[in-house]
Formats: sequence, structure tokens, C-alpha cells
Amino acid sequence: VNGAPHHAPAVGPAVADPAPAGRLRLLSGGLGCSVQDAGRRGLRHQGIAPAGWLDGPLAECANALLGNAPGSACIELRGPGLALQVDAGPVAVALAVLPVSAALAAVPAGSPGAGRPPRPAATLVRADGQRLPLSAFTSATLQPGDQLHCAEPAAGDAAYLAVSGGVQVPMQLGSRATHAGARLGGLDGRLLAAGDTLPCGRLAGPPVAERQAPPFSHGDGPVRVMPGPQAEAFTPEALACFFATDWQASHEQDRMGMRLRGPALAHVNAAAADILSDAVAVGSIQVPANGLPIVLLADGQTVGGYPKIATVISADLPRLAHARAGSTLRFATVDRARALAALAQARKGWLAWAATIAPCRPTGPPDEAALWQANLISGMIDAGCPDPPA
Amino acid sequence: VSPAPRLLALGDSAWTVEFGDAIVPALNARVMQLDARVRAGLAAGEPALAGVWDRVPTFRSLTVHFDPWATDADALGAQLLAWAGSAGASEAPGRHWRLPLCADHDFAPDLPAVAERHGLAPAAVLHQLLASRFRVYMIGFMPGFPYMGGWPAALATPRLASPRKRVPPHSVAVAGTMCGVYPWPSPGGWNILGRTPVTLFDPLHRTAPAWLAAGDQVDWQAVDRDGYERIQAELARRQRQREDFLATPEPG
Repeated sequence: VNGAPHHAPAVGPAVADPAPAGRLRLLSGGLGCSVQDAGRRGLRHQGIAPAGWLDGPLAECANALLGNAPGSACIELRGPGLALQVDAGPVAVALAVLPVSAALAAVPAGSPGAGRPPRPAATLVRADGQRLPLSAFTSATLQPGDQLHCAEPAAGDAAYLAVSGGVQVPMQLGSRATHAGARLGGLDGRLLAAGDTLPCGRLAGPPVAERQAPPFSHGDGPVRVMPGPQAEAFTPEALACFFATDWQASHEQDRMGMRLRGPALAHVNAAAADILSDAVAVGSIQVPANGLPIVLLADGQTVGGYPKIATVISADLPRLAHARAGSTLRFATVDRARALAALAQARKGWLAWAATIAPCRPTGPPDEAALWQANLISGMIDAGCPDPPA
Repeated sequence: VSPAPRLLALGDSAWTVEFGDAIVPALNARVMQLDARVRAGLAAGEPALAGVWDRVPTFRSLTVHFDPWATDADALGAQLLAWAGSAGASEAPGRHWRLPLCADHDFAPDLPAVAERHGLAPAAVLHQLLASRFRVYMIGFMPGFPYMGGWPAALATPRLASPRKRVPPHSVAVAGTMCGVYPWPSPGGWNILGRTPVTLFDPLHRTAPAWLAAGDQVDWQAVDRDGYERIQAELARRQRQREDFLATPEPG
């Protein structure tokens, strides 16, 4: 791996070879899935968005479970389930999926997806045909010929698949993040497709132990925003309505942005619905003439000609990656001091989660379990390990 | 008389310094002066700019994006406002480009309608396009797309009533008094008057995929279809570089 991760406990799977000697092949799916990392900076003046993870903390959960360096590129899962096979390995994998109960807001009863029971995040299919459920927040080691079939995330939800050593596609302009609009990063600057081959790190030896943690979760409550910079383009009634409405997320969303459904917000006059284009940010909430908000996300454009009623604070941006279709969200206004306190709180929450990562029994046949026992006896990892998954 | 610049919070990780609300070269020059000051400060590692990771000059404002964790936002805002107050209208000239343009019938689908609207022959409209000096006010809308001023007010033309679903890449188009170039195939409503063989966005460039930058100047030079195809082929074979299209060599 590229340097020791500063956030992960010392125990873990065998360290991945820095050379990208591991190889994954996509068997199916990929529509909406992309290689992402923390994104690229310093290019907005060229019209290039940062791209990168929609939910960075969740992606870093997957990296931490593998002992990957922070910032290692993962696969962002959005859209149909992804199936892949290891062609060269062994390769370690871990999935980070937000529990349904921790989505942006509760899905109203009776909606599609409401009350859906928890299910395995993926199914591991060994080369000999053995099928094993793999939970989220649990690492697994795949040998050549093994397959991983990831469950399809709910519409409007993002999940992350980390691989040992990170996805080793070439860096472009300082990042591996796919920005399809600029044809940058990832594989040829595009979303993934069946048949693609992804290089990654290969484990130096057999797995020492797998690692597991309880599900990660962001805080709940309204999505916090700082007002403006064009709040004065709206009537006082529209501003009050913006904060009093349960806005509905829909399928009308992608990595560029999401449209919200609700009451139309009135501009002070017709001319106020258009501004002379100026810069926007990730989290800018634009309101065009139809009065319905559009929240800009990581791949959004860099300038825009609609007034911006508010801007989502940094701490709550990752939560927008889980605006499942049919779910609702509310906005609440905060000042800069509270925005920064929320960011500090979010970081503290992530570190507390990372401290719960513990070794566990591998998902797999008895010989791997025996190996795990042997490791316990040799004292390489401590006991007190949570129950094995499934 | 120029109004005092305004400092606007664009969330917890960006400031917008707004100089006004118009498309005017003198106002944009103040934006570019502030941008030059910020760039110089970043290059020199000035502490006030610690954590700044992006700057976006537009028609009438400069936005500075920063890491809320690593930046004293209030100090940065105060510094930007102080610099903005002293930003005059004299600016270091941007680069000067001479870019080829072909107005063959199928490359310029809106040329007849624009000509008819203003009671001119298509050749006269084309002549204006080639005679005008364009100023890049900002890059945006899509990666590498230049918003260029300089299209005569007498020829100002509204956007198409019904935007095209797919504008061919490299199309040169006008709307209002703006001229733009679509680096990518895209939906679009501007009036297409020609096509350039240059890409204006090269994803494989190591530092600057976008050819043009805010503050640059552009002249269009007519090429026929053969010239268009020859330049396109030479660019594809890397026999021609983007620097070959600069009217004057880059300073430094």
C-alpha cells in the first residue's frame, strides 16, 4: 500500500503488493458505477468539477477495513448490481453500504423499499461454486476465479467497494476519480461496463484475518445549509417555505446533481430567476424559474445562471449520496461556526467508527477458519472478535 | 465610478467577491486583476491563502474555493476584499489566439437565419465574425467551454426557441453578444455559425486540458474544408500543438 494508513488499527489482511499485480474483471453491471477517489482540485477555472466520492467518509470506511491508505480509489456503486471476478490475486475486498435505517430520511411506509429486510451486501462465489453471503463492513479475500456479486443499491443511494491497494488506474490531473463529463480519470474517463479489467494490489500472502466493524452511519436530522449567496432573489415566503418543506428526492438525479420535488419557490420577480452566471459549489442549491431546487453534486458544472438560495455545508454533503428516490429531506440554516462544529463532529464520528474495526473469522470454507484459529493461537490478533457474518 | 466589491459566502468552503452585475470589459478586468493577485499569492505560498484549492473568475466575480478545515475563512475573506478594493481596471494582457474556423454550409446551420434576422447577406455576418476580437470572460457550462464577449450588439441574436438535442462538437456559436465553442457534443441553444478543427479541451494534457483561459483574446481565421481537415489531422498526429495557434509566443 502507499504508506501506512494513519486511521486504521494495525491488525488486518496481509498487506497488498504496491505493484498492481491484482486484476479484477467486471462480469456484469457497471451502469452508474465508477472509479472514484477524493477527487481533483485546482481545475475549476477550466470548467472541470472536482468529481470524486459522493460520500467520502463511507468510501474511507471500505478503505480502512482493508488497511488501504486513505484516499485509495474505490468503486462507487450506483445503479444495477455489479458482478466481478478476480483474474489475478489474491485480492481483498470490502463493501461499505449505509443501512436502510440510516438513509437521508425515512422512506414513508408504503413506498417501494420501505420495510425491506436487511440483506447481504454481496454474494461471494468461490471458484468451486460455493456461495457465501458477504455482509457490508466485512473484508473478504478472493482467490483467482472467485466472484463477487454485489447487491443493487437503492435508486439514489451510493455504496463503495474497496479493493486491496486501491483501484490502480492511472492518475490523471492528480486523481483517479472518474469525471465522465470531462472524460477524465477512471477507465478512459467513463463509467464502468461489463468486460472492463481493473488493476489493483495483490495480497502478499494468504489472508491473516478478515476485519469487520458495525455499520457506519452519518448523523440524522435536517440537511444543514448556509443561506445564499442569492437568498435575496426569493420572497420571504419562499425562504420560509424552503425551510418548512419536506422535499422529495426522485429518480431525477445523477452525479451532477439532484432535482427535488415540492412546492414551487417564488422569486422576487421574473427577472430574478436568472442571474449573470457566476461560480457554484458542490452543494449549491439553485432554483430556476420553475421554482424547484436543484442541488449540485460532485460532477456538477462550475458556473451557473440560476440564483442559489443556499449551500449545503461540508459536513452534510456526504449525506446527499443517500437521497433514495421517494425519501424526503428538510433543510435547516446554520452559520459558519456551526458548520465547522458539524464538520469536527463528523470527523470525530468517523474516527470512533474506525476504532471499532476488529479482526473476525473469514467468510469461507473450514481451512480458512482453521487458519484464523491458528492465528489466534499464535497471538497475532486479539480475541474478543465479533461473531462471523451470516 | 465602480461600486465597492461585495463578499458573499458560497457555503462554508468558498467566497465569492462580486464586482458588479454586467458584462463589461472594465469590470472583468478587475476580476482578472484580483485573480492574478490570488494566483501570485498561491505561487508564493502566502499564509492568508493556506487551504485555497480553486479559483474561478467569471464575468463579474472571483470565487475562491478552500478547505474549511485548513483555512481561516474570515481572515481569507477580509484579505480578498482588501485586494479587491485595490484592483484597478488595468490588467496584464491574456494570451492572444488565432483559431481556425470553417463556415461550410453543414458546419454553419444557423448562418442563414442569423443573416436574415439582421437583413444581411450570410457572407456579411461571417465577415463580422472574422473581424471581431473576442475576449474570454470565463470558462464553464461544460469543461473548456469559453464564454467570449465581442460579438457586435447590432448582431445580437437570441438563443434558438427550441434548443438542439445535440450540438456537434467544435461548433462555434453565438447568443446575445456572446460567442462560444462547444468542446463536446451537447444539447445547446446557441446559433451555430461555423466549426473549428481544434478541440479546445484535451483530457490528456498534463496540467491544462482547457486551451483557453479567462482573460485570453481570440481572433477567428477562415479556413476552407480542406484546411479544416488538414489541421484536424495534424492535431491528431500531434504534428501541430496548441501553442502553434498563439498569435504571440507565451510570455516567460
